[in-house]
Amino acid sequence: MELPQTREIVEKLAKEIRPALSAEVFIVGIHTGGAWLAEELHDMLGLSTPLGTLDISFYRDDFERIGLHPEVKPSDIPFDVDGADILLVDDVLYTGRTVRAAINELFDYGRPASIRLAVLVDRGGRELPIEAGFAGIRLDLREQIDLLKNEKGELELRLRPK
Amino acid sequence: MQNNRQINKNGELQHLLTIEGLPASMLHHILDTAESFVSVTEREVKKVPLLRGKAIFNLFFEPSTRTRTTFEIAAKRLSADVINLNIGASSQSKGETLLDTVNNLSAMHADMFIVRHAQSGAAHLIASHVAPEIHVVNAGDGRHAHPTQALLDMYTIRHFKQHFHELKVAIVGDIMHSRVARSQIHALTTLGVPEVRVIAPKTLLPKGVEHLGVHPYHDLSKGLKDVDVLLMLRLQNERMQGALLPSAQEYFKYYGLTPEKLALAKPDAIVMHPGPMNRGIEIDSSVADGPQSVILPQVTFGIAVRMAVMSILAGS
Repeated sequence: MELPQTREIVEKLAKEIRPALSAEVFIVGIHTGGAWLAEELHDMLGLSTPLGTLDISFYRDDFERIGLHPEVKPSDIPFDVDGADILLVDDVLYTGRTVRAAINELFDYGRPASIRLAVLVDRGGRELPIEAGFAGIRLDLREQIDLLKNEKGELELRLRPK
Repeated sequence: MQNNRQINKNGELQHLLTIEGLPASMLHHILDTAESFVSVTEREVKKVPLLRGKAIFNLFFEPSTRTRTTFEIAAKRLSADVINLNIGASSQSKGETLLDTVNNLSAMHADMFIVRHAQSGAAHLIASHVAPEIHVVNAGDGRHAHPTQALLDMYTIRHFKQHFHELKVAIVGDIMHSRVARSQIHALTTLGVPEVRVIAPKTLLPKGVEHLGVHPYHDLSKGLKDVDVLLMLRLQNERMQGALLPSAQEYFKYYGLTPEKLALAKPDAIVMHPGPMNRGIEIDSSVADGPQSVILPQVTFGIAVRMAVMSILAGS
């Protein structure tokens, strides 16, 4: 399957988000791909609010099966979550379990006014009632898809056959 | 004593019994994980749901306030259920053996034992008898080891000094009776600290200590020259037998850390102490409370480090 250029998908996503945003929205990216994407969107949308990142390792529901992720990174939420409008950003939306964990983690920082979800790729396959308000591309995929950073520092989607 | 029991066949940490024999990569993994838990403990809700439903037993056969409390807080912040047992006061006095106690608690579906015991090797003994799904953390066994203390010390050093590979570190005091010192020495040498000094009177320095890769000193002033990190030890009166020391006053005169002595170390040297401190014996109050002291951050980091150890163990 041929994917459009990652850059085009990112731009399409930013374009979709722009009219729905206020200046007070806080972007939070989920490690690692979501954090990269959040940084790009933060720039493209010209937001001046501080950017947050979440590592959801301590909130995963598969800890019993696979244990702790070998490279946990600190979460960094440099704003008051109480009453904040948050745009949660991830690279790929699949089962919805990562987003569930991220929402739970955000609530341990406070009670946000709202949380919306933006993803680069919605690949279907949901196991929880979670949907993205904004998606760069929506596909029905069988293979894995990952967001990587290439040697030039550009974001690149890559398909990984099962 | 078998140390390889702590690593399982998948190369994961099964028990934490001693620092000795653990690879540097494992120590870094624990410290990195702890860093993420430090940010958790600064939030409004200082808990994560990671160990929800797990039962962690604090088995303290020897009195301890700080270590037991920090393990308890760490477990609670991971959402585990914590059961504190001060066994010196109950079963042991009725004659129950260590392994009987452990078997009984295992039958209550324990997931993890945190063990403090006056006998070296107690945690190893328990680890070698429990079912494979139960994890054991050594919270101090006799004169042998106190691995989580050493790990929180390493975390503190890394926090303030960033790297290990250019440091001069001095451990000062009662090396002879100190499980903390032994664990610190293994951790510092494993993490690549090029110069580890141990400073103590001859009677408190074990023979052959230099075989552990450290440089012994008997003169505090010489030993402190140019060091970056001072790890002070508590004078362990309760473990001393016979006349190893003339008097506490005399000890303070020669080995107590005063501002004048501290001035011989590097100007940005940090001072650490595992607690509880004997003020006026191994450390002067003006140093303990002074600008170079990082003794209270050690306590804070200790919780995050213990959260890291428990969650790595429970996930393996």
